[in-house]
Amino acid sequence: MRNVYLDNNATTQVAPEVVEAMLPFFHDRWGNPSSMHAFGGSVAGHVREAREKTAALIGADPSEIVFTSCGTESDNTAIHSAVQTAQHPIRIVTSRVEHPAVLAPCRRLRERGYAVIEIGVDSQGRLDIDALKREIAGGKCFVTIMWANNETGVIFPIREIAEAVKAAGGIIHTDAVQAVGKVPVDVRDTPVDMLSFSGHKLHAPKGIGVLYIRKGTPFTPLLLGGHQENNRRAGTENVPYIVGLGKACELAARDMQEGVSARMARLRDRLEEGLLRSCPDSRVNGDRRMRLPNTSNISFEYIEGEAILYHLSDVGIAASSGSACTSGSLEPSHVIRAMGVPFTAAHGSIRFSLSRYTTDDDIEYTLVQLPPIVRKLRALSPFVKE
Amino acid sequence: MWEYTDKVLDHFRNPRNVGVIPDADGVGEVGSMACGDALKLTFKLGPDGRIVDAKFQTFGCASAIASSSALTEMIKGKTLEEAEKITNKDIAEYLGGLPEQKMHCSVMGREALEAAIANYRGGSSGKKMLQGKVVCKCFGVTEDEIERTVRENNLTTVEQVTHYTKAGGGCGRCKDDIQRILDRVREQLAAADRKPAQERPARRLTIVEKIRLIEETMDREIRPMLRKDGGDIELVDVQGDSVMVSFRGMCAKCQAAQFTMKDVVEAKLREFVSPAIVVTEVKP
Repeated sequence: MRNVYLDNNATTQVAPEVVEAMLPFFHDRWGNPSSMHAFGGSVAGHVREAREKTAALIGADPSEIVFTSCGTESDNTAIHSAVQTAQHPIRIVTSRVEHPAVLAPCRRLRERGYAVIEIGVDSQGRLDIDALKREIAGGKCFVTIMWANNETGVIFPIREIAEAVKAAGGIIHTDAVQAVGKVPVDVRDTPVDMLSFSGHKLHAPKGIGVLYIRKGTPFTPLLLGGHQENNRRAGTENVPYIVGLGKACELAARDMQEGVSARMARLRDRLEEGLLRSCPDSRVNGDRRMRLPNTSNISFEYIEGEAILYHLSDVGIAASSGSACTSGSLEPSHVIRAMGVPFTAAHGSIRFSLSRYTTDDDIEYTLVQLPPIVRKLRALSPFVKE
Repeated sequence: MWEYTDKVLDHFRNPRNVGVIPDADGVGEVGSMACGDALKLTFKLGPDGRIVDAKFQTFGCASAIASSSALTEMIKGKTLEEAEKITNKDIAEYLGGLPEQKMHCSVMGREALEAAIANYRGGSSGKKMLQGKVVCKCFGVTEDEIERTVRENNLTTVEQVTHYTKAGGGCGRCKDDIQRILDRVREQLAAADRKPAQERPARRLTIVEKIRLIEETMDREIRPMLRKDGGDIELVDVQGDSVMVSFRGMCAKCQAAQFTMKDVVEAKLREFVSPAIVVTEVKP
C-alpha cells in the first residue's frame, strides 16, 4: 500500500543526511564533551559546529543558542525564567491558541496568583492585535505568543508584536516550533528576547530542542545541576542529537535558498483547492493569506474527524484532526473553539501538513482517496439531507 | 490510535443496516452535532411483535458508528421487551469491548433504543427528553442518566462517569455534583450488598420486580463467572417461578453447561430471588 504522510506538523521524517551525521557519535565518538581528555574533548568541536549551524538558521549568535530536550522544555524554561527574573510580580500575556506547552505553564501561574491574559483570535484565527497592544501598553509585562499556529498554520505578526513589547519595556518569548524551517525566522529583524523551536519538526529526531536567548536577557535556568550550555541548561550534552539538529538546520537553510517552501505551498494549494472542489460543504479554517506554506486545515461539515482519519489510514494516508474524539477529550481543539468555528464544522476538521518530501503523486493520491471517504461518511450522517 | 477491537473496526468499516426506515414503527434520536455525536435509530416490527428491521444514521467517530451498527444487529429478531433489556454494557461487549474513554458511544446506543421504543409505545417525538435535573449543562446530561449509568456499569470515579456519559467533559464545573451523585449511589449499592436475600420483604414480588431482581442477580452473580470462560447468559422468559434462559458464546457449546445451569444459575437465583425458582434452558 502507498504511504502518504501529511502530518508533518506532528512530527517529520528524520532526513537520511541527519541520520548519517549522527551515527559516528553513537558508534565511535561517544565521549563527553566536557571531559579533560581528547576522547571526549574532541567531540566538543562538533557540538560547537552544530551550534553555529543552528544559530545561522535564525540569524542568532552561537552563544545565544541553548540546546534542550524538546520544544516543550524550551517553552517551559522561557516562561519560568521570565517570571523568576522579573523584579516584581509580572503580568503574563499570551493567546488562547498557544500550544499546551505554553498554555499549561501559564495557567499554572494563574492558579498561583499571577495575572494571565489570554488574547483571543477572530474567525480566521488571526490574533486580536488591538487587544494585545492595549495589554502591552498597560505596563511592563511578559508576552509569550507563538510565531505560527500548529493547527491552522496561521502566522502571527511577531515582528510588530515584539517591537511593541520592547518599546513598552517588556519581555517577549515566541514559540516558533512550527515556523522555523518553513518560513524565514530571523532574530536580527525581529526583536524577541527568547524563541523556542524543536528538532523533530524540521527533520531532526525527537528529543532535541532549542531555546534562543538574546544577549542581555535576564535568565535563570529551569534544570539545575551542571555547568553545561554556559550554565543555562544542566545535563550532559546530547551530542548525537545536537549534531543531527545542526545538520537539519543546515538542510533547512538550504531549502530556504532553493525555494522548497514555495514548492510546498503550490502542492498544499493544489490539495486544498482540489478538496474544496470535490467535497461540497467543506471550508478552510484559518487565514489563507498569512499561513505556513505547508499547512491546510479543512473542515468537512456534518461528519466527524476521527472517522475520516481512520478511513484515510486504511488507504495509507496520515493526517490529523481537531475533533474531540481524536484528542481523547470531549470537545474540539481549543484552537478551533477559540476561532468560533460553527459546530457543524468543528468536529470534522482535518489538518494536512506537508514537508520537503511530499510529492505530486502524494497529493494526487489524496485527491483520489478522500472524496469517496467523505461521501461514505455523509451517507451515514443524520444531518445530511439527500 | 485507539485500541479498537477487530469487531469495532469491522462494524466501522462495513457498517450494517445504514439508513432510515421510511414507515418505521419506532424512531429514536439522541445527541447533536454540537455534542460531537448523534444517532438516529428506526425499527420496524413484524406481525409476531419482533423487530424485523432496524436501521441507523450516525454522526460520530469510529466507535460511535460501530456501536450503532452493532445495536441494529443486536435488536433484530427481538421483541421490544427483550430489546429494552439491552444495556450499554451489552453493546460494548458485543463489540468485544470499547476503550473506556469511548464508552459514551455505547450509552448513546442504549439511549437511542429507549427513545425509539418510547416513541413506538407512547407516540413520543422520539427525541431524547431530558428527565430530572440537568447536571452537565455542556452536554445536557441529567442526574437520572448519571445515576443509571453508574449503577449499570458499576462506576466508581468522576472520570469514568465522564467517559460513559460525557458529563463533566466540557467546562468541568459540574464535577463536584457528579461526585455527590456517585457518593450517594455507591452508598446505596453498598447498603444493598449488606442486606442478604432472606431479609428482603416477604411480600410477593410483582412479575416486574421479579424480572428485575433476576436480571440484577444474573449481572452481579452469574455473568462475571460465565464471562471468564468466554460465555454469557440471556434471560428469555419468566413464568411464575419458572425461569427460561439461554446460553451464549462458549457456554452454548459447553458440555458442562447443564452442570452450570443447576449449580450456578439456579442456585444463585434461588439464593437471591426465591427458593422456589426452577431454571430451564431454551436453545437460542
